[in-house]
Amino acid sequence: MNWRWIFLMAWRDSRKNRSRLFLFISSIILGIASLVSMNSFNRNLKKDIDLQAAELIGADLALETNRKPTAATLAFIDSLNKLSLNFAKEERFMSMLRFPKADASRFVQVRALEGSFPFYGAVETKPTGAFGKFNQEQGIYIENPLLLQYSLQLGDTLQLGTKNFPLLGGITAQPGQSAIAGAMAPSLFIPLAQLQGAGLQQTGSRIEYHYYFKLPADFQVDKKIKSWKDKLSTLQLRASTIQTTKENTGRSFADMANFMELVGFVALLLGCIGVSSAVQIYVREKLMSVAILRCLGTSAKQAFFIFVIQFAAIGLLGGIVGAALGTVIQFAIPYVMQDVLPVALTTQIVWPAIFQGILLGLVIAVLFALLPLLSVRHISPLNSLRLQEEPEGLLKDKLKIWVYLLIILFIVLFARTQMDTWLQTLLFSLGIGFTFLLLYGVARGFTWLIRKYFPSNWSYLWRQGLSNLWRPNNQTVILIVSIGLGTTLIATLYFVQDMLLNRVAISAQQNEANMLMFDIQPSQREGISQLAQKSGYPIVESVPIVTMFMEAVNGTSLQDVLKDTTSEISGRAFRGEIRATYRDSLSASEKVSAGKWVGQVSPTDTASVSLDENYAEGIGVKVGDVLTMNVQGLRLPAKVSSLRKVDWNRFQSNFRMVFAKGSIDQAPQFYLMMTKVTGEEQAMRFQQEVVNSYPNVSIIDMNAVLSILNTILEKIGFIIKFIGGFSILTGIVVLISSVRISKYQRIKENVLLRTLGASSKQIYLITISEYMFLGLLAALCGLFIALVASSMLAIFVFESAFVPPLGFVLFILTAVPAMTVFIGLINSLTVLNKSPLAVLRNN
Amino acid sequence: MSTMILQLQHVFKHYQLEGKQIPVLKDINFEVEAGATLAIVGPSGSGKSTLLGLCAGLDQPSEGSIRLHGIELAGLNEDKLAQIRNEHVGFVFQNFQLLPTLTALENVMVPMELKGQKDHKAKAIALLERVGLGGRADHYPSQLSGGEQQRVSLARAFANKPKILFADEPTGNLDAETSQIIEEMLFELNRESGTTLIIVTHDLELAAKTQRVIPIKGGQIQ
Repeated sequence: MNWRWIFLMAWRDSRKNRSRLFLFISSIILGIASLVSMNSFNRNLKKDIDLQAAELIGADLALETNRKPTAATLAFIDSLNKLSLNFAKEERFMSMLRFPKADASRFVQVRALEGSFPFYGAVETKPTGAFGKFNQEQGIYIENPLLLQYSLQLGDTLQLGTKNFPLLGGITAQPGQSAIAGAMAPSLFIPLAQLQGAGLQQTGSRIEYHYYFKLPADFQVDKKIKSWKDKLSTLQLRASTIQTTKENTGRSFADMANFMELVGFVALLLGCIGVSSAVQIYVREKLMSVAILRCLGTSAKQAFFIFVIQFAAIGLLGGIVGAALGTVIQFAIPYVMQDVLPVALTTQIVWPAIFQGILLGLVIAVLFALLPLLSVRHISPLNSLRLQEEPEGLLKDKLKIWVYLLIILFIVLFARTQMDTWLQTLLFSLGIGFTFLLLYGVARGFTWLIRKYFPSNWSYLWRQGLSNLWRPNNQTVILIVSIGLGTTLIATLYFVQDMLLNRVAISAQQNEANMLMFDIQPSQREGISQLAQKSGYPIVESVPIVTMFMEAVNGTSLQDVLKDTTSEISGRAFRGEIRATYRDSLSASEKVSAGKWVGQVSPTDTASVSLDENYAEGIGVKVGDVLTMNVQGLRLPAKVSSLRKVDWNRFQSNFRMVFAKGSIDQAPQFYLMMTKVTGEEQAMRFQQEVVNSYPNVSIIDMNAVLSILNTILEKIGFIIKFIGGFSILTGIVVLISSVRISKYQRIKENVLLRTLGASSKQIYLITISEYMFLGLLAALCGLFIALVASSMLAIFVFESAFVPPLGFVLFILTAVPAMTVFIGLINSLTVLNKSPLAVLRNN
Repeated sequence: MSTMILQLQHVFKHYQLEGKQIPVLKDINFEVEAGATLAIVGPSGSGKSTLLGLCAGLDQPSEGSIRLHGIELAGLNEDKLAQIRNEHVGFVFQNFQLLPTLTALENVMVPMELKGQKDHKAKAIALLERVGLGGRADHYPSQLSGGEQQRVSLARAFANKPKILFADEPTGNLDAETSQIIEEMLFELNRESGTTLIIVTHDLELAAKTQRVIPIKGGQIQ
C-alpha cells in the first residue's frame, strides 16, 4: 500500500472538513478533560499523601483506645515510651465550649495534650507561631473559623467545663485533619494538665486516649506492629504508623478519585457514541467521493485508511486539547476540594496523566469511528454511476463484531486500571452496559410511545417539530441518553441530598424532642429537668446510661477468639466501650424479633439483656447466650433474652444493649435527656442556660445539625455535580454537533417549506418545538431513572420514605428543555436565515 | 495477435429483489477494437449504465465473460479490478464526479499518484493547460462552472493514458454550447492518445460522431 499517498489524501480530504471533524471529536474532549483532571488530581494527591504522611499522623506510631487504659495497657505504653525518642499523650472528647463575650456556646472536640506533639508537621495558627506558647502559658487554641464566627480576639476568656481560659490562637491547620472534619465539632487544643479541675473527665465521659511515639530511625515499627497484633487486640489498642496512614488515607481518596475517573470515563463513552453516530452521517456524505476514488483505482483498503487516518489525527488532536483542558481544570480542583482533604494539595503538570489522555483520545476516536468507517470498504464504485445504498446488518460484516469486541475489551481494560479486582471490573463493565441499555431503552420507549400515541390533532407546526425527532439520520436517542445521563446524575444527587436533609428535618419535626443533652451526672438530672420545665420545655426522655465492655460470650474471651479462628464469635464483640441502658418496656422505635422481652429481673436473678438484631448478628451472639460484661470493674453475667429490630432513623435514644430493670440499676451511671424547644432564639437561650449552669453537659441542637449537614453535603455533592456537569456538557456538544451535521438536510427542508409558503416564524416554531420535545424527553428520561434510583436508595439504603421534591422536578422539566431549545436554536440560526433562492440556485 | 481491447461473451446481469431475480442484461455479446470509438445508446432503464459498469470492471456479471485488454474480469477481486481500472481505464461522468475536497490539479493528479508516476504534477498541469484550465489549477470544484468541471474530469480521465475510456452521458448536464466544446475536446484527446472511447448516451447526435453504435433496449442489444 502506498502509505505516503494515503496520508496525502487523508490530508487533502480533511481540508474542507476540518471544522466539522473537530466538532465530531469535541464531544470526547470533555470526557478526556475530566479524566485527565481526575487522574492528575489523583496522582498529585497520592504524591502529597506520601510526602505528608508523617505530618498526617504527626508521629512514627500512634496508639488509640476508647476505654480507660488498664494497668497492662499503661505498662505496654510505658515499655514503648522507653524505646522512644519522644512521647506524647492526648485525651480527646466532645464537650461544650462557652464564649462568655458572645454569650454563646459551641459543641467542640477537645484535644488535651501532654508532650510536644506533633513530632512531624505543626499545628498552624493565626497569629503564626502562637502554638509555641502551648503548655508554656495558661490558655487554649480553637479553630480559626470560630474566632470569626463569635468575633473573638486573642486573650478573650472562654469557658471549658467549669474553668475559664484565655484564647491563645486560632488553628488554621492541624495534623491529619481536613477542614470539613471540623464542621460538626471544631477542634480545641489544651494542655492536658490545665484540664484538671474543669469537671469534664467524669463518669460516662466518652474519652479517647491517644499515645504518640517518635521512634529511632532504625526501629522497624510496621514489622513490630504485625508481631504485636494479638497483644494490641487484647489491650484494646488500635495502632497507626506513617505507612498505615499513608495507605489508609491514600486508599480512601484514591477510591474517590477512581470513582470520579470512572464517571468521567462514562461521559467519554457517551461522547464516543456521539462520535460514532456523527461519523456514520459523515460516511454517508462521503459515499460519492469514495465511489469516485474506487473508480480511479483506489482499493477498498486504501479508501478505508484515508478516513481512519483522518479520525486518528482528529482523535489525537482531541486528546491533546482534552488533556490541556484537563490540566487547567486540575489547577482549579484544590479551590473546591481542599476543605475535604487532609493534606495540603499541590498541583503540578502530571505528564503520565496527559499522555494517557492523549492516547485515550486517539484510541477511542479510532475505535468508535471504526464502526461506521468499516462500511467504507463496501462502497461500490458503481455508486459513481447511480446511487445504490447497501443496507448492512451487524452480522454481515464480521469485522464489525471484532470492533464491538475490541470496544468492550477496551472498556474492561480501562476499568481494570481503576479498580482493585477483576470482579469489580466486571461489575462496573456490566453496570455501564446496563445503564446505557437502560437509558437507551427508556429513550426508545419514550419515542415509541410518542409515535404510537402521536397527537395527530395538534397543529401542523407542533406535529412537524415532534416528528423531526425520528427523521432519517436523527441523533435523538444519543442526545436523550447523554443529556439524560447528566440529568440522572444531578437529579439523583439532589434527591439523595434532599432525602437525607428531610429525614433529619422530618424526624426533628415529628419527634417530640429536638434538643439532645448528654454527659449528665445523676446529681445534675433534677436541676436540668427543672431548668427545662421552668421555661416550659418538656423533658421528653431521661435515659440512664451505663458504660461497660464485654469480657466473654458463653465463657469465650477475646484471647480464645484470637486463638480459634473458626469461632463464631467476632473479635469485634470485645472491642470498644458499650453504652447500655436499662428499662422495663420497649420504646416506640423497637420491636422484638427473636426471643422474649424481659422487662424486670429481681436482684438475685441473672441479669437479662436485649440486643439490637444487627449488632447481635455482627458479633455472632444469639438468644440464650450468656455475656460476661465488665461494668466498671465488676463482672456481670447477662443472658440474652431477646433481639430487637430498632429504627435508628428516629431522633430518640436507641441502644444496642438494653438491660432489664433490676440488672444494672445500681451501677455508676449518667444520663441522656431530650427536650423540645421551639424557635431558634429560644433554643440558643436554653443552650446557654444549660451550659452556664452545667458546663460539663453537652447539647446538640437539631437545627444546628441540619445546617452543618447541609454544608457537608454541599461540599461533597459538588464533586458529583462537577462530573454530572461534564456529562451534560457532553450532551450539549453532541447536540451542537448533530445540529451542525444535519445542517444541509435542514436547509433543504426549510427551503422547501418556505417555497411552499411557510413564514420565518413558522419555521422557527417548528425548530423550537423539535428541541423542546427533545429536551423534554431527555429530562423525562433522566428524571425517571433518578426517581427509580432514589426510591431504591430510599428503600434499601436509607430505609426511609422518598417524596420527590416537586419544585426541583418542575425545575428540571423546564430547565433542560429550555437549555436544549437555546443551544439548538443558536446553532440553527444560519440554517433558518438562509435565503431560499440561494439554496435553490446552488441545487 | 488480437487487437480487441474489450470482448463480451454471453454476458448476463440480474439483481435480487425481495427474493425475485430481476434481469437487467441478457446475453450481451460484442467486441471493440483498440482505438475505436463506440456509443451505447438506449432509453432510460435499458441497462446502458449497467453495461458500462460491467465493461469498466465496476461490477461483476452474473454470467458470461468480459475481457478487458486481454484480462478476464469475471471472478477478479475488487483490489485487482481497482488496479486494472487505474492502469487501463479512464472515466468521464455525467455529473463530473470530481472529488470536492481536492483542487482541480489534485483531482487530475490522483490517478497518476495512485499509479506511482513520478512527474505527476507537471503532467497534470500540462493536461489542465491542454483543456484550457491552466489558470484554475488551484480552484476547488465548487469554484468551477459545470463545463470547467467536466474539462477537469476529461484531463483526469486521460491522466494515465488509459487504453479505454468510458464516458457516461458526458454532456448530459451541460448546455448546448458547452456540450459542443466538451464533445470536441473528448474526441480530440481521444485521437491524440489513441484511446478506445466508449460513450453511453441517449443523445443520438453524439452517438453519431462515434464509429459504431450499439443500441440497447430491455437489456438486450437490438
